[in-house]
Amino acid sequence: MMAALVLAVAVQRNLFSAVILTGIYSFLMASVLVALDAVDVAMTEASVGAGISTVLLLGALYLVRGEEARPIRGAFLPLLVSIGVGAALVYGTLGLPAFSDPNAPIHTHVAPRYLNESVRETGVPNVVTAVLASYRGYDTLGETTVVFTAGAGVVALLRRRRDAKRKDPQ
Amino acid sequence: MRGDLILRVVAKLFIPFVLLFALYVQFHGELGPGGGFQAGVIAAATLILYAIVFGREAARRLVPDGLVEAMMAAGVLIYAGVGILGLLLGGNYLDYFVLDHDPVHGQERGIFWVEVGVAVTVSGVMLKIFAMFADRGRDHDA
Amino acid sequence: MSAFGGHYSYFVTVLLMVAGLYVTIARGNLVKKLIGLSIFQTSVYLLYIAPGKLIGATAPIVAKGYASYSNPLPHVLILTAIVVGVATIALGLALVVRIREGYGTIEEDQILEQDRAPDEPAK
Repeated sequence: MMAALVLAVAVQRNLFSAVILTGIYSFLMASVLVALDAVDVAMTEASVGAGISTVLLLGALYLVRGEEARPIRGAFLPLLVSIGVGAALVYGTLGLPAFSDPNAPIHTHVAPRYLNESVRETGVPNVVTAVLASYRGYDTLGETTVVFTAGAGVVALLRRRRDAKRKDPQ
Repeated sequence: MRGDLILRVVAKLFIPFVLLFALYVQFHGELGPGGGFQAGVIAAATLILYAIVFGREAARRLVPDGLVEAMMAAGVLIYAGVGILGLLLGGNYLDYFVLDHDPVHGQERGIFWVEVGVAVTVSGVMLKIFAMFADRGRDHDA
Repeated sequence: MSAFGGHYSYFVTVLLMVAGLYVTIARGNLVKKLIGLSIFQTSVYLLYIAPGKLIGATAPIVAKGYASYSNPLPHVLILTAIVVGVATIALGLALVVRIREGYGTIEEDQILEQDRAPDEPAK
């Protein structure tokens, strides 16, 4: 179903319906993430992808206001490139461990230590929060700074002086 | 106007509950799914809904622009401040176990404040970005 | 074929990734490109989280009565990635709004035309 959705998004020329379809796609992705036991990530993806992202896209569409024009150059070469990249990726993933293999390196390295020690060391049952805020706290500090920088960037781009004329691009 | 009325009534009814849910997700993030990011985004989305239904003026009365800008920076400062507190109390930067009489309690305290900082910044930034997009449309008549 | 069954999640991920890539490079409209970028980003989340799941395990929240948990490390990375992704999309949309005001259009080929023939941009 998600494949059908993305194909519809790709083909859609009306931008508004493409945005709504993207919101539906984010919700479906959140459900898939819950099925994969990633509950924190699913909550974040549902709220951020289907909520904030859709709102921002609609806001930008309101300011920009257009349909998508028919592409002038043919779409054959990009399609070929995409399918070529896809084939190379599929060939690459055949070497990766199979789904839900308990001996895969991802499960045997440092994850068991986090799962076993986290309650004893931090007293927090939610291992994801413990790793995010305590074991990998620096990364989260960096990420908060990135969010702040994005906000500052949008303010710098879109701030408008009260007395500027509309024709002045400054 | 009938559609408008339904929106207003429904929004007034469930915005407080969603804000309460955002607070729940924030503080319960250590025991169940949740945490700073989710709570910040849910709170921001609720306030955006309020701004969409009731207009930017009402939203600006509720949460002034200066407060939103201050929130953006305050969260990062809270996070970095917890780190510096760790430095002052004798450990390395962002060490939590020196923050309290007992390493485990210190960890819990550190995690709590760090998540608060993250939620404040994330909700401030989301609100500010939405406000930038919404206000631009109003001055710009096209 | 067990090789196919074991790698099904990777096929889905690659399909979504290719679709996002196609929308990003083949469409000329700037907002459509950003939508394609967002699809590409969500496929990368799937790429990281699918290998972390163990069949029969539960979410990585330690509770009595559960013996095995899915791997929490990819969740942490992707949580950061989601928020950074939305920050990227927001900045990209702000840039698109400014481009629209400067060039009068958001179609890529019309923008390139205006760049090649240097006349004053339409408002």
